[in-house]
Amino acid sequence: MAMVRREIRFLLNDDEMRLTEVGAGDTLLDFLRIGQRLTGTKEGCAEGDCGACTVLVGRLTDDGLHYEPVNACIRFLASLDGCHVVTVEHLRGADGGLHPVQRAMVDHHGSQCGFCTPGIVMALYALWMQTPRPSETEIEIALQGNLCRCTGYAPIVRAALAAADHGGPEGDILMTERASVTAGLKALHDGTRVEVARDGQRAILPADVDDFAAVYAAEPDATVVAGATDVGLWVTKSLRDIGPAIFIGHLDGLQRIEETADGLTIGAGASYSQAEAALIGAFPHLREYWHRIAGWQVRNMGTIGGNIANGSPIGDVPPVLIALGARVVLRHGAVRRELPLEAFFLDYGKQDRAPGEFVETVVVPRANPATLHSAWKISKRRDEDISSVAAGFAVTVADGTISDARIAFGGMAGVPKRAEAAETALIGAPFDAKSFARAAEALPQDFKPLSDWRASAEYRMRVAQNLFQRFWAEHGEAQQAELRRAEA
Amino acid sequence: MSIKGAPHQDLAHDSAAKHVTGRADYTDDILEPVGTLHAYLGLSEVAHGRITGMDLSEVLAAPGVVGVLTAADIPGANDISPTGTGDDPVFPAETVEFHGQPLFAVVAKSRDAARRAAARARVEIDPLPHVLDPMGAIEAGYPDVTAPLKLERGEVTAGLAGSAHRIRGRMEIGGQDHMYLEGHIAFAMPGEDEDVVVYSSTQHPSEAQHMVAHVLGVPSHSVVINVRRMGGGFGGKETQMNLFAAVAALAAKKWNRPVKLRPDRDQDMIATGKRHDFVADYEVGFDDEGRIEAVEGLFAARCGFSADLSGPVTDRALFHADNAYFYPHVRLRSRPMKTNTVSNTAFRGFGGPQGVIVAERMIEEIAYALGRDPLEIRKANFYRPGGDVTPYHQVVEDNILERIVGELEASSEYQARRQAILDDNAKGGIIRRGIALTPVKFGISFTATWYNQAGALVHVYSDGSIMLNHGGTEMGQGLNIKVAQVVAEAFAVDIDRVKITRTTTEKVPNTSATAASSGSDLNGMAALDACEQIKARLVDFACEKWGVEATEVEFLPGRVKIGAEEIGFDDFIRQAYVARVQLSAAGFYKTPKIHWNRDKGQGRPFYYFAYGAACSEVSVDTLTGEYRLDRVDILHDVGRSLNPAVDRGQVEGGFIQGVGWLTSEELWWDGDGRLRTHAPSTYKIPLASDRPRIFNVALAEWSQNAERTIKRSKAVGEPPFMLGISVFEAISMAVASVADYRECPRLDAPATPERVLMAIERLRTER
Repeated sequence: MAMVRREIRFLLNDDEMRLTEVGAGDTLLDFLRIGQRLTGTKEGCAEGDCGACTVLVGRLTDDGLHYEPVNACIRFLASLDGCHVVTVEHLRGADGGLHPVQRAMVDHHGSQCGFCTPGIVMALYALWMQTPRPSETEIEIALQGNLCRCTGYAPIVRAALAAADHGGPEGDILMTERASVTAGLKALHDGTRVEVARDGQRAILPADVDDFAAVYAAEPDATVVAGATDVGLWVTKSLRDIGPAIFIGHLDGLQRIEETADGLTIGAGASYSQAEAALIGAFPHLREYWHRIAGWQVRNMGTIGGNIANGSPIGDVPPVLIALGARVVLRHGAVRRELPLEAFFLDYGKQDRAPGEFVETVVVPRANPATLHSAWKISKRRDEDISSVAAGFAVTVADGTISDARIAFGGMAGVPKRAEAAETALIGAPFDAKSFARAAEALPQDFKPLSDWRASAEYRMRVAQNLFQRFWAEHGEAQQAELRRAEA
Repeated sequence: MSIKGAPHQDLAHDSAAKHVTGRADYTDDILEPVGTLHAYLGLSEVAHGRITGMDLSEVLAAPGVVGVLTAADIPGANDISPTGTGDDPVFPAETVEFHGQPLFAVVAKSRDAARRAAARARVEIDPLPHVLDPMGAIEAGYPDVTAPLKLERGEVTAGLAGSAHRIRGRMEIGGQDHMYLEGHIAFAMPGEDEDVVVYSSTQHPSEAQHMVAHVLGVPSHSVVINVRRMGGGFGGKETQMNLFAAVAALAAKKWNRPVKLRPDRDQDMIATGKRHDFVADYEVGFDDEGRIEAVEGLFAARCGFSADLSGPVTDRALFHADNAYFYPHVRLRSRPMKTNTVSNTAFRGFGGPQGVIVAERMIEEIAYALGRDPLEIRKANFYRPGGDVTPYHQVVEDNILERIVGELEASSEYQARRQAILDDNAKGGIIRRGIALTPVKFGISFTATWYNQAGALVHVYSDGSIMLNHGGTEMGQGLNIKVAQVVAEAFAVDIDRVKITRTTTEKVPNTSATAASSGSDLNGMAALDACEQIKARLVDFACEKWGVEATEVEFLPGRVKIGAEEIGFDDFIRQAYVARVQLSAAGFYKTPKIHWNRDKGQGRPFYYFAYGAACSEVSVDTLTGEYRLDRVDILHDVGRSLNPAVDRGQVEGGFIQGVGWLTSEELWWDGDGRLRTHAPSTYKIPLASDRPRIFNVALAEWSQNAERTIKRSKAVGEPPFMLGISVFEAISMAVASVADYRECPRLDAPATPERVLMAIERLRTER
């Protein structure tokens, strides 16, 4: 077996950390606040939904050093090996005073009680580094993971619009010290497996994907932790011991996204953010949908594979990928098998996955130019909410007739599931409003949704049925309007 | 030359630079002394029942545990009811009254150890039948948790009978969680004798002090409560901190160690009270022109298992059930119902918003019945000379709504936009739009008259620097900066010279809650009184030393003019010190003119009214019920603003919080009485993308308070919250469009996408 390092190494602001006593469930937020007394980072919810704990994590990727805002409350300490953690205490302006983002927040009265403020500053800092002159839409997207209960956000948005007036990223400490941080991180990286523990709670960081496959096959009861946006809550909310845990968020080999002649191959470890450009490029209808998955911090952490592998009936990724005909590749040790994504979900809480087996890649076939696509998410709050209903539609039309239909829903059953009766009603039917109305009528054969705090069964069914009308309105009526225009 | 930071200037929050750098300390950021212990609560998993056994042996055996606290460990009174009703135990001894009620605390060496240990309790409870909602409570014969109120004027029965039109309706109005970003927390340090110091995130340090003393069975002088700042309060920390402060103090005294108690977000939301949900039944009689003749209203509230502040909250719902409108004949009654849910409490508006929205619903009903623009009906019913008496017999003397609404109607181009929306909606289509312009009139003062008092302590040190302390608490609303502006002007010094210090019961005793929007009104005046006392002594000193008349002594920016001579402020103060002038004063203020006789339902409970109006436009997706807030225009009255930047922040923030209450924020209990929306993952407050892209907010710059308030300003904390009702009514209009506005849609709050779609579907099927 390869060498094992028994120490987590990372950079925290200006300091190098070397930690030998790290438990699988130890969070970055507790480490910062309790361990390091860096109390600028706040705990608001401990579930990744309020953003008060936002910090930046920098990581070396193929494109160099890349920083992203994440939620420290559900980010496990062990997962930070080889990273640069930047907290609000690290920010400063060129003159050593307030950073441009901080200056703008003060000038525009962007804080009232101030408790959410460090997290908001960190999210805006990340945005400013990436897009110093953002649009209002870009600001809204960047702030989807940050709650403020006092200001109503308007002054915060004004601050974000004005931040670059006080200086651009070129003079920022994360730019000027880029070379030294990069060198520092490279020096930490030794390509070995890392294993640490505290109170018997082991955290294992495999050296690479093959090592992961081997470790997991050997320890099939271990908890696999990718982005921790779900597992994090097992710890912070349910107080579960997750050790031994295999951390895979650092495995570049699981994050590759490749476009081939057949379609798109997405590594299961790719975050929502990493997959965004390729997926939206290939499937433009996913653009708005993608930004309605969680908030920015969670999109930077959560992974495509995790959203599938956890088997949730309300995951946002499966319905739209099932509609696109996606397949998953599962791996156990060196053995791989492939199956249609919908076949992976057997029943509520039950997936077609053997102990020690993991989702390695997702393959999304290239879009048929004759296929019309839509993706919708219905939730109580538009952004950063869990869906009441999520839907992916892919309807292929040939000569005015529907030749194929793949329609999948989340939130309507114990698993993400295709609407087979509705699909059957559509296939072979003329491409017109009536066919979609008939398909909607067939939907109760497909689903018996539940009532809960997100939505009642009645609403779920009604809204799901109405989406068929919406599909026709978006595609059919638009097409007819185009025909009329062409005729004119 | 003028001073830096005088009143009426835009000044940043005094802690803004600390907020943005993370250097502002909240209670959980205070350095923990060696040996600090951590407490955590164990909650009931039954909504109602008798405790037959509580086996905490496994809890005690858990790693790191130091001990547990139950009802048996309370040396003083096992009661933290804020109004002395005796119905609010720290830990119940016999009967559990809601799912999530704290039953015990475990104290351990770390918070993690305490949390894990708490989960190991084995509590046996014999379940009893439970009731969760107010109508169910009435049916089941549950009692009122506190005495109901009736407001009556005129002849309601005859008034209704004589009206040309009558409409009856019912509206369900949801509650709201405060969702302050900083949850509850208390950190107690034991001292010698019976002493204990508690750092508490509270809006009401004096109450926390008295409750801790009460529970420990010691005099109030043994207990000190400190609060530098809160990460938001909104009413949620007016009484609800008592539990945490008391438990932390109990543990600190029992083990003689510092003890911190910080619930996680879920416990905070499950175990502490919220805004009251109401079910309101109304009947309104009106004439052909839409003028209201008579109103009868019954307001049943989900108060939870204990009284807490439900009495004054449900009272205030009635006080505001007129909003801005004259009811010639009126009878309003409250039913503060006991339910097996967490005891509901203060929340920005304090019952007022639930009253106001019912008034606005009645206006909408009238408008739809007569086929008129609701704004026309609103205007026709505003208080006016000859129609200026409220249901509680206070005369509305300072009404400026006509001007506010008129100006907003023009600046928002309401009429043209409404017509354009009507035209667009008439074309059909999936997306429908709505627009509404709603006013607010909000009464300012605690209706418990004795709360309308405040104290302040001002020291001028011999170097000319000034320490300001007052009984108000800072929760983000900018109270400290406003009061500091008053003090800076009083001494004619730059504001940097005024140090704002943490609120502590050691400096100002017997304070009232920082609540009812009253913070700057009360504390600003008290601080000014302290300044005036010191200044009077300084003037006496100047007269004596320089041999001038008092009229010849003038405080100019940074200096004092005495006769013909000018002397720097520092120098002057040094000389006053040497001359043994007392440079410290305790100030005091009590609001004049107010009185209230609850038994008769008559009086002048409010010193004055604050006014405002908002015009909101929405688009609604009639296939899903989802909506967007497209544009909002607000004109709000803050009198002569002490700090327009801070006040604008209160208006914008209060508005969005009001929108959240009426749209996405939904509290959902399951049949067992378990709150299932208990964290931001399940309870959805507005996000940046929920704010309107076009958001024109203006203060009525011409307004000044007709009463002699601090610098003629007006209270601002609560009134703008109710402007969110314009969004609800705009959504209602878009919904109504699917049935050509033939009827006022039955829409309950919050208007979640689900409620909106279901209202649309109802109208479509009724067509």
